[in-house]
Amino acid sequence: MKTKLFAAAALALGLATGAAQAEPLKIGFIYIGPTGDFGWSYQHDQGRKAIEKALGDQVETTYLESVPEGPDAERSIERLARAGNKLIFTTSFGYMDPTLKVAKKFPDVKFEHATGYKRADNVSTYSSRFYEGRYVIGQIAAKMSKTGTAGYIASVPIPEVVRGINAFMLGAQSINPDFKVKVIWVNSWFDPGKEADAAKALIDQGVDIIAQHTDSPAATQVAEERGIHSFGQASDMIKFGPKAQLTAIVDNWSDYYISRAKAVIDGTWKSEDTWGGFDKEMVHLAPFTNMPDDVKAMAEETEAKIKSGELHPFTGPIMKQDGSEWLKDGEVADDGTLLGMNFYIKGIDDKLPQ
Amino acid sequence: MTMFEAILLTVITASTPLLLAAIGELVVERSGVLNLGVEGMMVMGAVMGFAGAQWTGNPYAGIVCAVLAGMFMALIFAFVTQTLVANQVASGLALTLLGLGLSGMLGEAFVGQPGIKLPALDIPGISDIPFIGPVFFGQDLLVYLSFALVVAVTWFLFVSRTGLKLRAIGDNHVSAHALGIPVVRYRYLAILFGGACSGLAGAYLSLAYTPQWVENMTAGRGWIALALVVFGSWRPWRVVVGAYLFGAVWISQLHLQALGSGIPSQFLSSLPYIATIVVLVLISSNRRLSLINTPAALGKPFVPER
Repeated sequence: MKTKLFAAAALALGLATGAAQAEPLKIGFIYIGPTGDFGWSYQHDQGRKAIEKALGDQVETTYLESVPEGPDAERSIERLARAGNKLIFTTSFGYMDPTLKVAKKFPDVKFEHATGYKRADNVSTYSSRFYEGRYVIGQIAAKMSKTGTAGYIASVPIPEVVRGINAFMLGAQSINPDFKVKVIWVNSWFDPGKEADAAKALIDQGVDIIAQHTDSPAATQVAEERGIHSFGQASDMIKFGPKAQLTAIVDNWSDYYISRAKAVIDGTWKSEDTWGGFDKEMVHLAPFTNMPDDVKAMAEETEAKIKSGELHPFTGPIMKQDGSEWLKDGEVADDGTLLGMNFYIKGIDDKLPQ
Repeated sequence: MTMFEAILLTVITASTPLLLAAIGELVVERSGVLNLGVEGMMVMGAVMGFAGAQWTGNPYAGIVCAVLAGMFMALIFAFVTQTLVANQVASGLALTLLGLGLSGMLGEAFVGQPGIKLPALDIPGISDIPFIGPVFFGQDLLVYLSFALVVAVTWFLFVSRTGLKLRAIGDNHVSAHALGIPVVRYRYLAILFGGACSGLAGAYLSLAYTPQWVENMTAGRGWIALALVVFGSWRPWRVVVGAYLFGAVWISQLHLQALGSGIPSQFLSSLPYIATIVVLVLISSNRRLSLINTPAALGKPFVPER
């Protein structure tokens, strides 16, 4: 009886020390949309799941979804910090200032802010050079469009989105200098119905290709129904547009997230800025479908050139919308200008919301 | 098809979910109950409508599931507010939160799955009439149902005897009770009807508007429907005007943007809200009449004396 009791006590003790040794790193995530949006937040959540899969018992993750940008964000980030998370990913541009504010109060917590440009000792920033993908789809659009006009469903006027429209247009202009783009701002990251309505409005006005910077597959679905082409966003949306989708710009956060979690565990984490594109596989293109072989070959070539660094989408000469010179012949845009981009390039008819 | 017809078609699509949810809520509020859970019931209708269609392969089965889901949510609300006499505002908000959370959980498996679109039902003869035919009679079942519901609700509230009793309860539940009208039973039924309509609105989103399931896909439409009821001063036809006006401005502003009007898009995006409020306030501006329309017992708890 006594030995049994001893054994039990020893077992309990062993379990307790075992648990203490491998205390998991708690990691928190804040998402702007629901994890089921099949777009932006969905892909970040895939990254979270990838961390869990790769690091198993070493980590414990939590997330808060549909957190609006603004005062709510600060409260939510702080909540995660107070709950003992030592690494927190804030995954939307509008979380920039809230993240920095909370980071000041919790110096021993590491923060990772997506798509922003403000850093601190315990705040890193990271983003993906989505514009590389947008340049390629711009070229495809110009090749595939019969009307010479594409529709572009834009979400919210922040540099990320403006840069995307410019890159798309530069790609298109490299094929057809007179290419036109009609832009609709839905002023929301997530409203499938409104995205579908915007797609219908664009098609009714004669565009025959739709690109989007909004998160749901609604526009692709409308394109399929109306028999025109489209590009998916954030996730591969081919199921929603088997005949419509030409390709999709797919986000891939998994590798980055795993490496950052490992860095915290190893104690090698430091504040830095990571902006990866095709080269780091942070953005890649879904298979090229529904296009002739020569267009596909062109797209693949451009993708390879960007990946190797041979081609930078923002290479001069490029003029601003008003006709003034931005980049001289051969000049390449610096990352600072790209990150804060708040102007259109020449050829875009839309007026940029300020 | 001309541009005008094309625009009109999208306007109907944008307005129908608002109209369906609003006409249900109108009946609920006419009975003196304020259910702020429209968004939650709607989103549950959307997820269960999608689920039902996926399981059976039949979008009409999806509609039935959506109605049942909306009514199930409404039943919770009815039990809490009518049987337990809890605060209606708090219970309605809780219902919305519950619906948004629960639907996200139930719908997890459906994310990334294309749905089944509700087919358009042509009415032989009428659908061939130029202009009116293709626009108004080349629609799906839920659009026709939304028109039918408006007519039915108007008749019920202002012609039928039962409707008169329902309005009496909404104005003064104590007097109605004294007259022997079963207040709680009427309200239960009204709340369930509201739930069914919200469920239909949800089904319209996930089966017709954008045949897919994504979390929070209602994106605030339940709240717009609630506002339409109030600004439409609890009159069915004003709610129709409100819903269609909202839809029309909503779609027109997108077209204006695509045309490159140069008007700031933030202003255009807020235009549907501004226009609808202004117009409905103007048509309801007769103070005496609007007081008559407002259900006097709206939101007040009722405990029958025994």
